[in-house]
Amino acid sequence: MGARDTYRPEGIADEFVDDGVRTVAEPAHRGRGEQAGAHASTGGAAGGSAPVAIGVVGWLRWAWRQLTSMRVALLLLMLLAVAAVPGSVLPQRGPSPDRVLEYLGDHPTTGAWLDRLGFFTVYSSPWFSAIYLLLFVSLVGCILPRTAQHARNLRGRPPRTPARFGRFPARASGHSAASPDDVVATVAAALRRRRTFRVDTAAEVAAGERPAARTLTAERGYLRETGNLVFHVALLGLLVSVAAGQLLHYRGQAIVTEGRGFANAVVDYDTFEKGAWFRPEQLSPFSLTLAAFTSEFASDAVAFAQARDFTAHVTITGADGAGTEQATIRVNHPLTVDGAKIYLQGNGFAPEVTVRDSSGEVAFAGRVPFIPEDDMYTSRGVVKVPDVAPGLEQIGLTGYFLPTAVVEDDGRARSVFPQPDHPLLVLQVWTGDLGLDGGVPQNAYQLDTATMTPVADETGARAQVIVAPGQTVELPGGLGSIELGAEVPRYVALDLRYDPSLAWVLTFALLALAGLAVSLFTPRRRVWLRAWAMPDGRTRVELAGLARGDDGGLQGEVDRALAAVPDRTHGTGRTDGSDSADSADDQGDPA
Amino acid sequence: MNTEQTGELSTLLVWATLVCLTIALVAFSIDLARRVDRTAVADETERRRAFGVATATTWLGTALLLAGIVTRGIAAGRTPWANMYEFTMVGSFVALAVFLGVGRVRKVDYLGAFVTGLAAVFLTLGLNVFYVAAMGVQPALQSSWLVLHVGVAIIATGVFTVAFAASVLQLLRSARDGGAVRLGSWRWLDRTPAPAALEGLSFRLNAVGFVLWTFTIIGGAIWAEHAWGRYWGWDPKEVWSFVIWVVYAAYLHARTTRGWSGTRAAWFVVVGYACLLFNFTGVNLVFNGLHSYSGVE
Repeated sequence: MGARDTYRPEGIADEFVDDGVRTVAEPAHRGRGEQAGAHASTGGAAGGSAPVAIGVVGWLRWAWRQLTSMRVALLLLMLLAVAAVPGSVLPQRGPSPDRVLEYLGDHPTTGAWLDRLGFFTVYSSPWFSAIYLLLFVSLVGCILPRTAQHARNLRGRPPRTPARFGRFPARASGHSAASPDDVVATVAAALRRRRTFRVDTAAEVAAGERPAARTLTAERGYLRETGNLVFHVALLGLLVSVAAGQLLHYRGQAIVTEGRGFANAVVDYDTFEKGAWFRPEQLSPFSLTLAAFTSEFASDAVAFAQARDFTAHVTITGADGAGTEQATIRVNHPLTVDGAKIYLQGNGFAPEVTVRDSSGEVAFAGRVPFIPEDDMYTSRGVVKVPDVAPGLEQIGLTGYFLPTAVVEDDGRARSVFPQPDHPLLVLQVWTGDLGLDGGVPQNAYQLDTATMTPVADETGARAQVIVAPGQTVELPGGLGSIELGAEVPRYVALDLRYDPSLAWVLTFALLALAGLAVSLFTPRRRVWLRAWAMPDGRTRVELAGLARGDDGGLQGEVDRALAAVPDRTHGTGRTDGSDSADSADDQGDPA
Repeated sequence: MNTEQTGELSTLLVWATLVCLTIALVAFSIDLARRVDRTAVADETERRRAFGVATATTWLGTALLLAGIVTRGIAAGRTPWANMYEFTMVGSFVALAVFLGVGRVRKVDYLGAFVTGLAAVFLTLGLNVFYVAAMGVQPALQSSWLVLHVGVAIIATGVFTVAFAASVLQLLRSARDGGAVRLGSWRWLDRTPAPAALEGLSFRLNAVGFVLWTFTIIGGAIWAEHAWGRYWGWDPKEVWSFVIWVVYAAYLHARTTRGWSGTRAAWFVVVGYACLLFNFTGVNLVFNGLHSYSGVE
């Protein structure tokens, strides 16, 4: 216990600064195993030189100590922050696969290299995974010994009262008419009454100039390290829960138009994605019908056409087909069915289109979802007509659905409000080979025009067909006719998701938050008291305090302990240890 | 008074706040400069006068800003922090309130020029670049999590702002104490607290900010689970919130690592705060993500 260090604030590590009772014995251990590297180490690699001729076990031990050192943990944290950034700059395959393709098209050379290095799937790339897995290994290597140490601390008693109080950051002293025994007993009782302190008392025999004295040692804030460990263990739990969710989850997306529905089966989804441990029997057998979809938009000048509400009214039918249930799905209010949640992710119009070929036969009839592209629901869509009569060329129609259409003088049409107040379908016509027979999967919302030619009107310009609901319009070039249904059904994009790990993820996240708050805001303090009889019959009382970390309330704690001294005659509280007028010096410091 | 007039009143109140903060900034700067010659009696009275003006205008500005926020909420008919302009407004208010609140417990008037200066810059940007008229919000934002998630994010930002000011002072002071030539004439730095005290103040604020930021991320994940059907999807805003969290976590670890505490740890605060500003401005305006609620076109 020499006065070897000056008081220095610490952050998360649990050791008291300069308390002479080092709590962690492992020299290369996190938080204070940094002696070897001193101040000059810059690269972040843990200090100390590589050992010479220590064999495999020695190397492994060395590597483990490096990995679990605070300096390497710090380096890994910095790396993690840097490694996460490219995923926000470059498009990622998960959320935006089309933007990745676009990027690859625009930057063929760099794009290919970035792709090879995993920059379009940053968060599942080997390098990103390596960083966070190493970080978690480092974390485990740190919290295991600390948990053992903390368990010993919890069973242990506060450390012996130090011989000298002079070097501690908070001190106080005073005199009392009560005997040293009474002083110590009363202060101990006062500290115990607040239940935060663990208190021990002892007696010291006279030694040299030091008179016989009674001492008290008290410690509080064991929860600080508990919180710290809970936080780190919770992060580990969070990682495991998220991983479990990845293995067990499934997610299906379906586009449903008004009056139609789908069954909760893999084949009924437009896209279906599942974890490695998913089994089809996990899908609870219900079916859903979209009864109606309603939307509201602001019509005031300030926020014109801004969305205000979307509601899907659905009917859920159970497995046996007997029990049906009406429900609504809204943004922020998913519907939960048998543990799976159904989200309203998008909506639009799916006009009912009928195309007849030049022979008058119905070549296509069905609802075609048009994807909204702006706030006015200017929606883009494609009608592919492969089933024309033999000998005729296939027809492709591509263009826009405009819910409230305004046709300009030059013939161009645009939508001016998102509700279907005056709908129009504006299409361009292509003929040729749709390319559907090649077996190559096609995007249903795009027309591959490589093997098609646009149809021109009499003036030679590209022909444009404009159809209103209930109308039938001849296609140019004698290709046939197109009819738009009188009612324009709406569609919703539904996202059904099942993830049994959600409760665990939330639990561990909240545990981490609680542990963090406890570890950062619980003061960890030690208070010591020494009392002895002076020649004039009074009792001299001296106190000292030490905190773990930077603690503005330490002096107040010591002063409160002094205030508990019974029959006090006078006393002083002080924080600064350099003052030569320290009463301990001129009034018989027992040391 | 109709909602449009209420909205205009709110904007006027924010302009008035800006005027107050500018006066406070000048007065705090005079106060800081005069600290150098603390012995001169005449200067001392003048210094106190400058300090009095600075304190009064800061309180007044903060009160006006609060009134501006409340009227904005009335005009929009919802919680007044749903776009970038409102975020700058409320964030500046929190930074000022934290400064004034800490100032009641301990002497931090040396931070005044920095905090009022930052708030004035934020509000100027808000009024001139991010401004949108008060209006309702789209369905995705119609949730009580708007109050909690965004509210706590703004409070965390305000707290981080004051901590950042303390860390910058700490760095300047350390550099001057270390004999940095360029800071040779910055004698006012000698009257600021020692680097260790500034570090302590910064740490306590950053600790609060870090816990609040952790809550922001958890609350955001819960809301994302309700609104978007997944709690985490590496949206640009989520990526940068994560980066900020990791940088401040690194800061807390650096403080306990020998050779990294003190000045180096303070640099983490500077980097963390830069990420925070980027997450607010750059991510909203440059990247195309789900969190595109800036309202700025």
